Amino acid sequence: MNIDVKDHAALSDVFNEDEDRVNWHDETLWWIRQKRDKAVNQLPEWESLRETASQIKNNVLSYLSNYLQQFEANATKNGIKIHWAADAKEHNEIVLGLLQSKQVKQMVKSKSMLTEECHLNEFLAENGIDVIDSDLGERIVQLAKEPPSHIVLPCIHKKKEEIGELFHQHLGTPAGNADPQFLTETARQHLRETFLTRKAALTGVNFAVAATGEFVVCTNEGNADMGAHLADIHIASMGIEKIIPERKHLGVFLRLLTRSATGQPITTYSSHFNKPRPGQEMHIIIVDNGRTIQLGREDFRNSLKCIRCGACMNTCPVYRRSGGHSYHNAISGPIGSILAPNLDMEKYADLPFASTLCGSCSNVCPVKIDIHQQLYKWRQVIVKNGYATTAKKASMRLMSFTLSTPSVYHVGGKAGRWVLKHAPFAVNNKFNPWYKHRDMPEPPKESFGEWYAKNKNGR
Amino acid sequence: MRVGLFIPCYVDQFYPDAAKATLQLLEKLGVDVIYPPKQTCCGQPMANSGFEHLAGGCNELFIKNFAEFDYVVAPSGSCVLHIREHLHDDKNPEVAAQLSSKVYELTSFLTDVLKVTYLPAKFPHKVGFHQSCHGQRGLHLSQMSELVAPGFSKPGSLLNMVEGIEIVPLNRIDECCGFGGTFCVVEEAVSAKMGKDRVEDHLEHAAEFITGVDMSCLMHMEGILNRKGSKVKVLHIAEILNGE
Repeated sequence: MNIDVKDHAALSDVFNEDEDRVNWHDETLWWIRQKRDKAVNQLPEWESLRETASQIKNNVLSYLSNYLQQFEANATKNGIKIHWAADAKEHNEIVLGLLQSKQVKQMVKSKSMLTEECHLNEFLAENGIDVIDSDLGERIVQLAKEPPSHIVLPCIHKKKEEIGELFHQHLGTPAGNADPQFLTETARQHLRETFLTRKAALTGVNFAVAATGEFVVCTNEGNADMGAHLADIHIASMGIEKIIPERKHLGVFLRLLTRSATGQPITTYSSHFNKPRPGQEMHIIIVDNGRTIQLGREDFRNSLKCIRCGACMNTCPVYRRSGGHSYHNAISGPIGSILAPNLDMEKYADLPFASTLCGSCSNVCPVKIDIHQQLYKWRQVIVKNGYATTAKKASMRLMSFTLSTPSVYHVGGKAGRWVLKHAPFAVNNKFNPWYKHRDMPEPPKESFGEWYAKNKNGR
Repeated sequence: MRVGLFIPCYVDQFYPDAAKATLQLLEKLGVDVIYPPKQTCCGQPMANSGFEHLAGGCNELFIKNFAEFDYVVAPSGSCVLHIREHLHDDKNPEVAAQLSSKVYELTSFLTDVLKVTYLPAKFPHKVGFHQSCHGQRGLHLSQMSELVAPGFSKPGSLLNMVEGIEIVPLNRIDECCGFGGTFCVVEEAVSAKMGKDRVEDHLEHAAEFITGVDMSCLMHMEGILNRKGSKVKVLHIAEILNGE
């Protein structure tokens, strides 16, 4: 494995140097998990809703190309221009081409994790186009020159004092002011100016309806609407998996999405876009970027059912204590850990191991993705493809030999216990990661096997 | 009914008392229990690390040791889940499949097979019960906090049969302790933090003991308790259910 590749364990180690921050991060996300629990428990039909959503998505994945073509035909009929992008590069170039054709130098963007995945902002900046993220959380991380650490709560890792400092530096608020209401009002004025002056807007797509050729964008701040309604050109970027067959299926997904994400019954704005207003251009870029490869991986295709609610992150005990940036990928947390290795197995070889396989992620998932099972399966694939360290390979071979040979196991166990008892310094040192924060178990004078042989044998 | 006793490697080496309590409890309930001496490990340490292909020796050994029994019982949800989900033998797939379905975690064997309704046990202490993830979410030993479904707990129903025991409430009823097999060393920082937080929840509610169905989680929490100099002890659930 390339040692230059950033690794989840090393990044989490850094995050954990400030224990108070870890506690605060953990408690904030756990509070959202509890809000989610309260909201879902109000619906006795919750588990059947999850099952229904999962079945709809299974159907979508099985007939994906049909639905996409149906969507293209209907959207085109509505006056929307459809573009197809095989990968991130093509997506970014299509966006740039559209902006250049309109001689636009500035664009307002509403939260789209797909554009994060494609690194669109950096690409446009290199080409002289200024992008402002209009979602408050996104704007904050943009000012901090950081990627989002969570797909729904992009600046959940930042305390209000840090945001106050950022606003002081960039938006001219008084130093030391960290009053959330004041800061939000400042952001509102700042963004209003942006909405009124930008000629181009880009939004994400939460759901695209094949039967009608329309798409739905969910936000709590109304920022997608503000940007898109005022712009002369509206570009929507969607992954191929965002398609749903019919409008009536929205009734299932809109009920699941925000309850899972934040514990709200529904997003404040669930806006339907089905045709450009007179004089406006509307474009949709349908992006693959590795998704068809994942669709072809039988064990992992279910990951494409994801509706990006972030519930798996909020519930994940590892995510809560390592922070989103430790996943070094646009999509962090458990779902990111099963999506990322598909994009680059070597770069993200660490992520499927950043889990205790506790299974909580699979249980909260509103579309029933078997996340923890896929983490287990990715581990096997990653090791088989050679992305395990030499030391790990050697220790696993030794362990396998010892545990497959009872005589070696018995001698080894006895020797191990002897060392712990008589030479604890051989184990209790800084080279033993267990010992750093935990004591080793007290070795008993005999194993159960030895006791059984003495006391119970001959039965 | 002949029952094979499967004692996972680390329980055998480090926690023989949990194994003895399991054996004695089953014998007390009239079960004919045999411990095949040539057993080692279920193979999970390799499999969860991505080296399932190196677990073949463990699979073979497990099948050789246990195929003849009516049931196999182990005091560990995690090892049992691994056997249930991953035991296989390319030469004899049916034997492996049949055997894996006969392997039970101790408390579910008591509730589902023996249908125990009474235990002559006494343990007059405040006890925190740690729900181990693999047992709870994998083997469905108790209801999970994420689901909208009626509550139940197989180990909890057994603990309630113990005279004098007081189970303390917890803030987070089924949060993972962070052990996770090799996760505890590969991801040391997060693992230790998870363990500290899990232990703190029990201490905050004045538990004198922490118990559970998996000695591995308890070993993790014990390591943290001892490092803190805490007097709180960990005990495998078998040791409480077998308490006099």
